Amino acid sequence: MSVLDVRDLRTHFFTRAGVVKAVDGVSFTLEKGEILGLVGESGSGKTVTGFSLLGLVDPPGRIVEGSIRLNGKELVGMSDRDLRKRRGREISMVFQDPIATLNPMLTIGQQMRMALEAHGRVGPRAAVTRSEELLAKVGIPSPRARLRSYPHEFSGGMRQRVAIAIALLHSPSVIVADEPTTALDVSIQAQILHTMRDLARETGTALIWISHDLAVVSSLATRLAVMYAGRVVEEGPTAAILRDPRHPYTAGLIASLPAMAEPGTALTQIPGTTPSLLSLPPGCPFAPRCTHATEACTSEPVLERHGTRGWACFHPVGGVPA
Amino acid sequence: MMLLRRFWAEFRENRIALAALVVVVLVSLLAVFAPLITPQNPYDMTGLSLMDARRPPGFVGSGGYTHLLGTDPQGRDLLSAILYGLRISIQIGLAAGLVALTIGATLGILAAYAGGRIEMLIMRVVDLQLSFPAILLALVLVALLGQGKAQLIGALVAAQYAYFARTAYGAATSERRKDYIEAARATPLAPSRVILRHLLPNCTPPLIVVATVQIANSISLEATLSFLGLGLPVTEPSLGMLISNGFPYMMSGRYWISVYPGVALIVLIVAINIVGDQIRDQFNPRLRK
Amino acid sequence: MSFLSVDRVTRRFGPTLSLGEKIAARLGADVETRAVQAVNDVTLAVEKGRTLGLVGESGCGKSTLGRVIAGILAPSEGAVLLDGQPVMQGTNKVTTRVQTVFQDPFASLDPRMKVGEAVAEGPIAHGLTARAQAAEYVAGWFARVGLDPAWAERYPHQFSGGQRQRIAIARALAMQPDLLICDEPVASLDVSIQAQIINLFLDLRRDLGLTCVFISHDLSVVRHICDRMAVMYLGRIVEEGETGAVFDSPAHPYTRALLASVPELVLDGEELVRFAPIQGEVPSPYDPPAGCHYNPRCPFAQDRCRAEAPALRLLPNGRHAACHFAEELPAG
Repeated sequence: MSVLDVRDLRTHFFTRAGVVKAVDGVSFTLEKGEILGLVGESGSGKTVTGFSLLGLVDPPGRIVEGSIRLNGKELVGMSDRDLRKRRGREISMVFQDPIATLNPMLTIGQQMRMALEAHGRVGPRAAVTRSEELLAKVGIPSPRARLRSYPHEFSGGMRQRVAIAIALLHSPSVIVADEPTTALDVSIQAQILHTMRDLARETGTALIWISHDLAVVSSLATRLAVMYAGRVVEEGPTAAILRDPRHPYTAGLIASLPAMAEPGTALTQIPGTTPSLLSLPPGCPFAPRCTHATEACTSEPVLERHGTRGWACFHPVGGVPA
Repeated sequence: MMLLRRFWAEFRENRIALAALVVVVLVSLLAVFAPLITPQNPYDMTGLSLMDARRPPGFVGSGGYTHLLGTDPQGRDLLSAILYGLRISIQIGLAAGLVALTIGATLGILAAYAGGRIEMLIMRVVDLQLSFPAILLALVLVALLGQGKAQLIGALVAAQYAYFARTAYGAATSERRKDYIEAARATPLAPSRVILRHLLPNCTPPLIVVATVQIANSISLEATLSFLGLGLPVTEPSLGMLISNGFPYMMSGRYWISVYPGVALIVLIVAINIVGDQIRDQFNPRLRK
Repeated sequence: MSFLSVDRVTRRFGPTLSLGEKIAARLGADVETRAVQAVNDVTLAVEKGRTLGLVGESGCGKSTLGRVIAGILAPSEGAVLLDGQPVMQGTNKVTTRVQTVFQDPFASLDPRMKVGEAVAEGPIAHGLTARAQAAEYVAGWFARVGLDPAWAERYPHQFSGGQRQRIAIARALAMQPDLLICDEPVASLDVSIQAQIINLFLDLRRDLGLTCVFISHDLSVVRHICDRMAVMYLGRIVEEGETGAVFDSPAHPYTRALLASVPELVLDGEELVRFAPIQGEVPSPYDPPAGCHYNPRCPFAQDRCRAEAPALRLLPNGRHAACHFAEELPAG
């Protein structure tokens, strides 16, 4: 059984200007210990998808359709109380900016203990032992002493490690990490990527790694889901998608990377801009920017499965397999 | 223009604020057109008759018309006096508010832009002044300058510019750090242009909010001074003086002389404050939906 | 003499303490009173028509150096000369020949000014166009950066990030600069938009014969567009040379580690992504390590590195590097 099974998730925001369909038909499954990379540009719905999984979508947004099954239990429609019980224990989240998630007035030890006690009583000694164990696991030197430190006494990279340790406290089945290395320097990012890869292997926690950076996601994820305008347009094993992208958007994204061109030459560019989710044209949302688009693309393609992978396109790169 | 329309659409959604705005506009119109509306010119001492003094609402006086809100100790028609009083209050409030806005905003933005010694000097003076109650400062100044509209406005400006300076300084220091100011300086553009064309327009929203509130404060401050007998001459009664005039009769059942001007004052000030609150909420992105 | 020469520039940031903080510091509270050397004795040269990439991690001083070259910040010591003329006199910028494109196009355009006016105001103020011809002048630049000239009447919030960056580029170029400073101009843009702006930059640079200083933390972008690159670490330049050569054989241990730490897609190899983290973290700029700033993280550090700061020196292969043992590092 999959740890997480998301079917046709739709999260819409009902704003003054109109309905923003931030997530509009997202499906994927996550196996135990698997790392799924959720890739997309700003406005693709990747972050809202992450928030939806934890039941953290605030009004005017709400999940209007679809199903999220975590360890077999349906989360959509579950009461806030029941959701809170699962949050942290079965599924937890790591955010882009750890400063925003850590309380500046409390020591790391106090915060970790509060996180532990959120799901039942824990003795003070047990709390310290568990916290120390996790800080050590995420690579924080002299963890016992650091329990008494405040968030501002940590560097950006170390703070993100603390956030990861807190997310791991209850050994959840799934961790959703929303661009956790975007705010960090490349050398620190590389350290965290290494740590995460080892942790996922060791603890069996499944990981959803949300990012706009293909190279970063690919260094971790065994599978990728590429999002565009609120939909998953391509999904499959990382290597297959990178070496042989089928959706024109994925192909364009990979081809536009500076590393893919001779220095000084023009880059392959995707024309146009990301569409406004308020006024999406009917049919394939990528069609206006797509060189493959035809008459057929005025109706919307669904994600069709082809073996281990799938794509939502009538004219995939490399043709339709027999 | 589009921004303005969207602002108005959002404003309209708050019924209370809309009602308050209607009240403010209505009261302002009544005050502006007071000479056309009122049955009597309360400043014309020759038109007053002591025979009509302290009459209750509904009394038909020697002028042959009904005193809807009664008369004051000088025999003035209270409704006329209130409308003329509102006229003075709004005049003084607006004038003092706008002059204080201009001076305060200039000082605050200058301090934020120049930095260093100039900033120290201006802001320390402003902070020092903010630590005194405005009423105290105004009292001393009016006592020193003497009576009259210009003096009163001067005292109110001196008591209130510091609020504008603080607000402008706060807005300007946060705007100044933004890249668009740096881009303008890096072009390079003359400092006067950077300040007037870039810094100032981006500091206006908080200033507008403070301005609405401070106009209301000017009005109440003026009323307070007049109540204490330090405002305008007796020949030009403002709302504060009307309240003050009626005060000795409060306990003798002739409530109307004080109460009606008081009600007019409260309605105006509360309405302006509600409008100001709504504008503030709309400018505050954190309260935005 | 080089077209742009940065001559022994140092930029310090003293702490600006409020009165309260000064008193607190006097009473022994833990208030930072030390100055930071954001840029420490940097000497650089850029030839006409060439692009220099300035790379390094946050806090290395690359943005501060860019702002000093752009004439936004005055150097504490040293001077920046363009064609032999100083860019600044005292704290005032005295040339329009250097212009800047900023990182965040959402912050670098005045939200209350029509974009056409924003592009026109500099050229009008400096007599590059008459007020009467300004609209036409602006339309020309709009077309040049791939924007519809009719959009000049709009406000910044009506544009996407990529379009705003085009406007910011038009604003800088409308001043007809000889030197363009680009401070992370694509860092805040979406991946699919980045390529558009990079291509635009390549076209404009070629057509206008621009000399550029391109500041970026994204090494793949620097490799793509820069002729030469300088790597900074804690205010100092640790390596400088031809971009391709630096990538192929980095001379400084920090450059080597930095290049290795970036995840890079290798689509034709066995493994998909290659990267190796650097050990440790960047030390506090308030209290940089003695000797070579990189020594605590450097696997090759020796006693000399902890005692003596290495000077940036010319290596036999034409590279500049600030490492005592640049010639003796093991290969790989």
